[in-house]
Amino acid sequence: MTGLRPLPTGLGREIARGLVATLPMMISAFPFGLIFGALATANGLSPLAVMGMSLFVFSGSAQFVAVILLGTGSALGVIWLATLILNLRHLLYAATLVDHVRHLNQVWRFGLAAWLTDETFAVMERRYRLEGGGENAHWYYLASCLGMYVNWAFWTYVGVIVGTRFEDIGNWGLEFAMVVTFIGIVMPALRASPYWLAAITAGSVATLGYQLPYKLGLLLGALAGIAAGLALQEWQRRRRIGELAS
Amino acid sequence: MSAVEIGLMIVGMALINLAIRWPVYLFADHVRFPPLIERALAFVPVTVLTAIIVPMILLPDGETVSIDWRNPYLVAGIVAAAISWRWHRLMPTILIGMAVFFAMRWLVESGRL
Repeated sequence: MTGLRPLPTGLGREIARGLVATLPMMISAFPFGLIFGALATANGLSPLAVMGMSLFVFSGSAQFVAVILLGTGSALGVIWLATLILNLRHLLYAATLVDHVRHLNQVWRFGLAAWLTDETFAVMERRYRLEGGGENAHWYYLASCLGMYVNWAFWTYVGVIVGTRFEDIGNWGLEFAMVVTFIGIVMPALRASPYWLAAITAGSVATLGYQLPYKLGLLLGALAGIAAGLALQEWQRRRRIGELAS
Repeated sequence: MSAVEIGLMIVGMALINLAIRWPVYLFADHVRFPPLIERALAFVPVTVLTAIIVPMILLPDGETVSIDWRNPYLVAGIVAAAISWRWHRLMPTILIGMAVFFAMRWLVESGRL
């Protein structure tokens, strides 16, 4: 074949669909980027440092915790430990999605790992569950990543600019956008009683453990929820096998 | 903190994030999870996301549990959950949830509720 190689079929479609699926996440993340930029600037971080965090750390929750810890004069080690504990959940995300990236080369895998966030995980988990993979599914994934990344950097920058003018922006309640978005992801995923038990357990334990340092309650809640859901699923399975046998 | 320390903080946080997110994909050719782990991972979305949001709803001030119909986070959260449960549509869930939240907040803060 000579000349330009045509785009593999469906590539553009995958990119467009990835962006569309991620759009609600981008909308709900924008207040967070804005508040982060404003809060970090109000706490005395230079614009360069604030943008450096959004571009290289790219983890909203860890960035917020770091700024709050900086404000209390915490040591570097404490900030790093908090980042580690808070973001261990991403290990679970990667483990959940790994079957769908195994066939890709290492450059792709690096990018799709470095840009993996709560939001892109939610989008991709749903896509793979409902539609499976497909030849160009990684472009869908990449589009979701880049949409979140550009969105996050842009709104952080806006936050840096407006930060000094709207110092109480953190009290406007804009962060509730993330709560309703995650509700909209979780509810349709509650497809059987083990999932309900898992979610209720996770929410309860996370709430009880909210005062623990480094947001450890989040990790404990998730692990407790997984254990409870798995236990109920296993119990139901054994009971079904028992009924069949008798 | 000095500029150098801030720089170190950022580089360290970036490397830690990478150390969490990357290895599973990097060694994907050698990673095969046993069936039990595979089944456990199916619970990740509903547990992690729920563990993030439930404390935000029940502890609006970050300290005391507020199970009260005048807690805007709780009321709007329940409305959003009902909409999502019934229609499985994300954008209406977000938009109506936010509208209920701001309406409740305004009603509570202006003393009308």
